[in-house]
Amino acid sequence: MTEGKLLLACRDVSLGYEHKPLLEHLDFTVRSGDYVAVLGENGSGKSTLLKSLLGLTPPLAGSIDRSAQRAGQLGYLPQQTPAQRDFPATAEEVVLSGFLNRRGLHLTYTGAERSAALMHMGKLGILELRDKCYRELSGGQQQRVLLCRALCAANELLILDEPVTGLDPAASQDLYKTLRYLHDREGMAILMVTHDVTAALREATTILHIGQKRWFCGTVAEYLRDESGRRFARR
Amino acid sequence: MSLLISMLSYPFITRAFVVGALVSLCAALLGVPLVLKRYSMIGDGLSHVSFGALAVALACGFAPLWFSIPVVMLAAFLLLHIAERSRVGADAAIAVLSASALAIGVIVTSLTTGMTTDVDSYMFGSILAMSRSDVALSVTLAGAVLILFVAFYHQLFAVTFDESFSRATGVKVGTYKTLLSLLTALTVVLGMRMMGALLISSLVIFPALSAMRVFKRFRSVVLFAGALAVVCFCLGLIGSYLLSTPVGATVVLCDLAAFLVCAAVGRL
Repeated sequence: MTEGKLLLACRDVSLGYEHKPLLEHLDFTVRSGDYVAVLGENGSGKSTLLKSLLGLTPPLAGSIDRSAQRAGQLGYLPQQTPAQRDFPATAEEVVLSGFLNRRGLHLTYTGAERSAALMHMGKLGILELRDKCYRELSGGQQQRVLLCRALCAANELLILDEPVTGLDPAASQDLYKTLRYLHDREGMAILMVTHDVTAALREATTILHIGQKRWFCGTVAEYLRDESGRRFARR
Repeated sequence: MSLLISMLSYPFITRAFVVGALVSLCAALLGVPLVLKRYSMIGDGLSHVSFGALAVALACGFAPLWFSIPVVMLAAFLLLHIAERSRVGADAAIAVLSASALAIGVIVTSLTTGMTTDVDSYMFGSILAMSRSDVALSVTLAGAVLILFVAFYHQLFAVTFDESFSRATGVKVGTYKTLLSLLTALTVVLGMRMMGALLISSLVIFPALSAMRVFKRFRSVVLFAGALAVVCFCLGLIGSYLLSTPVGATVVLCDLAAFLVCAAVGRL
């Protein structure tokens, strides 16, 4: 395996709440070209890990190297909040807001930003929705708009939090196809937290499984041979 | 037209027009992110804090605006930042703060001056509340609110739409929330002199709600909310002149009428 550029690295990280570590001595890296799925039961610390990877909460111990985020190369697809579902904004306005992290004080978006936004929307097949109101889109379309915004913020790494939650099976498959396209053709590294074990095993190249006090990180084949993988994937 | 001319021949009405229109505009612009972030009641809570601060200022002989502006700014800052981290939800935090401030205001007033017309005018608003120096201060502050809102429009949009995304991609969410709370505090303090503590929150909430019924683009919502607020304020002021009704309540009824029209249009 060729070593891609380092985008994100956890070194001997412990996560959890005060005095109560959920997970200790976690070591893993995300390099360009990786497609990582993060699996684990509810309460195993997936969302805490995600918050730490994004720099929203500091880890209890260890260090997290967030080179991609510092360089403005990180895009994030959060879970939707109820307030967003009836937000009065067009798809294009939402997508453009992805550029905010890379700019100083400008009163308007530049022409280059606008055309990049339209290009991303075209790639994800939502160009014709640009003037539609966000609240009138279907769940799958909203997710694509948010993914598009993440692309505007990122050119190296996408971090996705339960991207298919609330989507019907067809929309989920479409979203996975899109992610595969972004990974294979556009060279985006992907880190996806998910409950969908089947899709994770099918789509990702690397599995990070976190569970009670132990964790596993390796390729899909290694994961299926590992104890945690055997228990988790066979259900 | 002759009605307008005769109204504007009273200097205090002219002052009310200028300050009221500016404050309505600021409140409506800030109201869009506040309503969308489910902080609708923040204007109401802050106006009660402002009432408490004014009562204390009157009792101690401080300049009312100079004393209440920092107090209300502090309250706004606490509400937006601490409410979401503590176990008490934002709605409960607002209720606690506003009831306490109101109680403090009433106690301080009854211990010192007693319930005078000054206090009454802070509760229900008074068109006579605006002195010449108030006007100068109000215009300056309203101008600052407008300039900051325009300068940080995109950031405020991003933070309103999705705080976690903004934070994750490196936008300084805390700074913009602080900005939003400080601007709201300024607007509430300026507006409550005329609208009254009980009615100022309607300036924040109504125009945003009305605009959201009709428009689908965030920018259109913001622009329409601002324009609607100014129109409703002017109609309310004219109405109150003609009917000799309190300004605050008349403006609120105009806002309500506009909301009903917008809701009907939105359903078509």
